[in-house]
Amino acid sequence: MNLGPLQWVRATAVLLAVLLLAGCFTKRKNEGARLYAQRCASCHGENGEGLRRLIPPLAGSDYLGQHRSSLPCQLRKGLAGEITVNGVKYNQLMPGNESLTDSEITNLLNYVQTSWGNKEEVWTIKEVADELKYCGGARGL
Amino acid sequence: MTFSTLRHTLSVSLLALASSLLFPACSTNSASADSETKLPYLGDRAMQPAPMAGPADTIFTVPTFTLTDQEGKTITNDTFKGKIYITDFFFATCPSICPKMQSELLRVYEKFQGDPRVLFLSHTIDPAHDSIPVLRDYAERLGVKDASRWHFATAQHDTIFGLARAYMTGAQKDATVKGGFAHSGTFALVDTQRHIRGLYDGMEPSQVEKLMQDIPLLLKEIEAEKQTTSR
Repeated sequence: MNLGPLQWVRATAVLLAVLLLAGCFTKRKNEGARLYAQRCASCHGENGEGLRRLIPPLAGSDYLGQHRSSLPCQLRKGLAGEITVNGVKYNQLMPGNESLTDSEITNLLNYVQTSWGNKEEVWTIKEVADELKYCGGARGL
Repeated sequence: MTFSTLRHTLSVSLLALASSLLFPACSTNSASADSETKLPYLGDRAMQPAPMAGPADTIFTVPTFTLTDQEGKTITNDTFKGKIYITDFFFATCPSICPKMQSELLRVYEKFQGDPRVLFLSHTIDPAHDSIPVLRDYAERLGVKDASRWHFATAQHDTIFGLARAYMTGAQKDATVKGGFAHSGTFALVDTQRHIRGLYDGMEPSQVEKLMQDIPLLLKEIEAEKQTTSR
């Protein structure tokens, strides 16, 4: 098969597009897990187990279902004061994550909602952005 | 080839084979036996003039300290007399490495809970926030009920940061990190003579395993010393 110059350009363009798209997906692949490891695991544990009565667990936590709508803003702004998780009282300052975008918060939330046996309802970016309006507004993707 | 030359060749090659097998075994054996029974002395050595005999080589010694623990009790070097202890630096509201580090130290604590010769000492690097009630609450939440086994201690800011340097743990105020303090998660193992005998990265489970292997070695060494001095 002999390719003319135009076909070469076309083929190259298609190849480039495919590569770029793949790159895009790889970058966001497992974003939730990656963000969890970077920002959450040192306190909440690699498997969401928490730390005794100091840091509440995320795995099997009844708090996630009970306070679903406040989770996006808690991730962005942090949390202070006493909370009860699975009947145990915790009172440790949780720092916020102001630099996270709406989609990053969504991916992080969904990682927690569906890991370590958790089967909480997943979030869409739209839902998360709507909740984030209560704490400084949407930050885009 | 005659039978005798064959036998000779055979015996020579057997000897070579045996020695090549034995000698490396010998050298690794002695090296590992040495490092297994005796932990190193860490820290700067200084040549200091001894009163009678000219300059003497001194091993780095943890300076004298006076701290207050979660029960409000004063603790000093004497609190650890005749004991070995593991020490680290943390603060109660630390959002970065402390929880992971303290959960690793908790593993060590739980393993040696039954051995009164092993004590633990955690210093707060945020004495302004970590009052005695805060430290007590922290210890209880971590599941440490016996304050005489694991002290959570506070002191003047400068005292703590001076001790952090002595125990070879980096700790400093840093507004750019979360929580306001930058520090490393180093655990230091200290013997009965106030010498640092091991440093471990508290964020690395494999290093914490090493610490748990080193503690019995240090205890063995101390028991051996006790026997020679009592003889």
